[in-house]
Amino acid sequence: MSNKNLFSKAPNGDLYTKWEEYKKSLKTLSFDEADQYKVIIIGTGLAGASAAATMAEHGFNVHAFSFHESPRRAHSIAAQGGINAAKNYKNDGDSVMRLFYDTIKGGDFRSREDNVYRLAEISKNIIDQCVAQGVPFAREYGGLLDNRSFGGVQVSRTFYARGQTGQQLLLGAYSALSRQTEKNKVKFYPRHDMLDVVLKDGKAKGIITRNLLNGEIKAHSADIVILATGGYSNVYYLSTNAMASNVTANWRAHRKGALFANPSFTQIHPTCIPVKNEFQSKLTLMSESLRNDGRVWVPKKKNDTRKPVDIPENERDYYLERIYPAFGNLVPRDVASRRAKEVCDEGRGIGPTGFAVYLDFKRAIKEKGEDFIREKYGNLFDMYQNITDENPYKTPMKIYPAVHYTMGGLWVDYNLMTTVEGLFSIGESNFSDHGANRLGASALMQGLADGYFVIPHTAMHYLAEEKPLGKDISDEKEFLEAIEHTKREIDELMSIDGEYAVDEVHRELGKVVWDNVGMARNEAGLKEALKKIPKIKEKFWKEISIPGSDKDINQELEKALRIKDFIELAELMAFDALDREESCGAHFREEYQTEENEAERNDKDYKYVAAWEYSKSGQPKLFKEDLKYENVKLKTRSYK
Amino acid sequence: MNINLKIWRQKGVKEEGKLHNYRLENVDPNISFLEMLDILNINLVKEKRDPVAFDHDCREGICGSCGFMINGRPHGPQKATTVCQLHMRSFKNEDTILLEPFRAEAFPVIKDLSVDRQVFDKIISSGGYISANTGEVPEANETKIEKKYADEAFLSSACIGCGACVAACKNSSAMLFTSAKVSHLSLLPQGAKDKDARVINMVATMDEMGFGSCTNTGACSAECPKEISQENISRLNQDFIKSSLMGLLKRNK
Repeated sequence: MSNKNLFSKAPNGDLYTKWEEYKKSLKTLSFDEADQYKVIIIGTGLAGASAAATMAEHGFNVHAFSFHESPRRAHSIAAQGGINAAKNYKNDGDSVMRLFYDTIKGGDFRSREDNVYRLAEISKNIIDQCVAQGVPFAREYGGLLDNRSFGGVQVSRTFYARGQTGQQLLLGAYSALSRQTEKNKVKFYPRHDMLDVVLKDGKAKGIITRNLLNGEIKAHSADIVILATGGYSNVYYLSTNAMASNVTANWRAHRKGALFANPSFTQIHPTCIPVKNEFQSKLTLMSESLRNDGRVWVPKKKNDTRKPVDIPENERDYYLERIYPAFGNLVPRDVASRRAKEVCDEGRGIGPTGFAVYLDFKRAIKEKGEDFIREKYGNLFDMYQNITDENPYKTPMKIYPAVHYTMGGLWVDYNLMTTVEGLFSIGESNFSDHGANRLGASALMQGLADGYFVIPHTAMHYLAEEKPLGKDISDEKEFLEAIEHTKREIDELMSIDGEYAVDEVHRELGKVVWDNVGMARNEAGLKEALKKIPKIKEKFWKEISIPGSDKDINQELEKALRIKDFIELAELMAFDALDREESCGAHFREEYQTEENEAERNDKDYKYVAAWEYSKSGQPKLFKEDLKYENVKLKTRSYK
Repeated sequence: MNINLKIWRQKGVKEEGKLHNYRLENVDPNISFLEMLDILNINLVKEKRDPVAFDHDCREGICGSCGFMINGRPHGPQKATTVCQLHMRSFKNEDTILLEPFRAEAFPVIKDLSVDRQVFDKIISSGGYISANTGEVPEANETKIEKKYADEAFLSSACIGCGACVAACKNSSAMLFTSAKVSHLSLLPQGAKDKDARVINMVATMDEMGFGSCTNTGACSAECPKEISQENISRLNQDFIKSSLMGLLKRNK
């Protein structure tokens, strides 16, 4: 395996011109030359679909796999609030440099300067591309594109399509992909799970899939493999991710040698609808954009059971406005979440469980009118009312933090290649751009930047130096062995004849991860998690039950194959959180905080990306990529 | 609350299916409809019986995966709501609830309540896009788009592709689905480029895939969880006639 020293491979030179200069130095292939190569892409959300479309436009033969029936079902579709771009249409002093700096600072100085600058630079092209595809972004009366602001920044740079921005962007990328399907440049494999990466001479040359309709295990060979498989928030059982979002493709790649970076950097989103009971299957996000007009508060008194209308202004604590006068309700997600947890832990939480705070629109409705609020957030208000049976135009919303996004992911270099040659990772599935905390409206930006504008160049360069396979090699030894291995694993799962449904074990795992590797972590809790997780693993392998056959649609088997990997990942998350004896961004170690309860970073000892190597023995090995800051000054993050 | 379920069980595309009865007691009315099915499935697994297959993913009403007939209506009784956003409080204690897959020739039943809607992808790939290669596009604000057209286009593009319109239609027509995409793109100046080919090809694909014809009953729009307007169908018809005539004129020249 190469690249163990973990250098980003970012070119030297001026940050501001680096990417453009680098692009010029990359090798290119003509359409006919590219036509000699086959590219496998796993996942067809924003990153996967945009990469598939663009690579196909360049001439590559793309084979795109998804466990969904259609690319349009990918979870990118559920992103609500918006997408950032440094267009400075509002003339409020925005610039590429400012977006770059906000992202680095928002990530609490744990991301790579070169990648983040490139992302900020590309952000502008993304908006052009999406508008050309027909994405119906919100517009002002004059016909120009509208913007709004989001957490952690003081400019308006977020483009949006009501509360359905992810949907509209995904439908745009899906339409570009569909256009290539029609031209036979993209072949889409619906309802396929990827269960292994196949290496030949140390390079990724294919995958093993399970057809979810008939259980067929099949090998597919290609010149490169690109993983665009999203995040792993579902390790917590309850999250805002879709039910089937999973880590399996990434974990299988990890087992084959791809290092997994910063696994414990997981984002807890401050504004979600609180958990109601034990049957809850997933959590629903209320877009961060609501914090533009909603004010967060709890009663000043503990255990105050009065209705919100009965609590007078002077007995309310608008704690974000109080603690952070400059940013107020628009502090970054990690800060807003932790402060919510803090006031609830103090006993000032509201609602039946005490684990909720108010998000109040009364003032905005009074000042701007109900119609204005409806125009801006109508679908979110409707969704809230439908789920909770309460009318947020009349009574404040109840919200609580929930797991939403994972900054961690496969380690990639500047070219978005993992430590396995020929294996790339894009979008949420890699670790690259958000450091220890992602700012709102930046996930869509990164997914599309990677897919439309980065991977087509870097993967083309890689392929230009590789001879095309030119034939199907999926009958070679490495592939046959991988098929056998996958079949054995499935047989083993099917033969466990226990008493528990897979979901029950998953829920148990989620509780351990949430309690110990959640919003606040400490050494004792992490060690406890490392004791408990192996027991859950044992229970899983001995006591689950999967009825039916593996040669048929079997949704329990699908879940089991995913939970199996989540259990192993959970352990790695605890190792990672234990290793990092500092607080940064979303990783809050209780032992390391300032007197004002803010995260206390330790740049001297922990200014690195922690990239872990899989080990069968259960003791993963840590590799470090030292982060260099040449263009920004390391500062204590302050939103006061 | 207690409920009685009659659920369509079918092992595979080629197998015969039939209704099975199940009973659930002490159901919390505040759980979602799919959480109720989760409970049923956990019970079935514990009894070593095959759980009920159904499609679902985001559970936020946006991915379009879920959808089946509840008491004869796609996505159930609540207006403008997908199954995943439906809650048990919409039903009464001791209600009997009938669950069947979407019925349409173009949507074969894969298993139980899960159907294959891949034909929708075929309709889109035959023209539901604007040809704009990555990077070869103008600056975004170069073309102003009047807010009313942008808003109208947005409403058409809000379709989630769930298939409720087809299931609601007595002819299993996909006209609402197809017209929503045609409208979305042709309402925007960017969409002018492929306009004629788009409507003709998408309609041709729709017909080829075995969907029935539209007789304007409006059932599609009434049952659509995203309230996609029937006006899209009139827009498609106008575009279709114009584009067909243009084609004829060109051929006769």
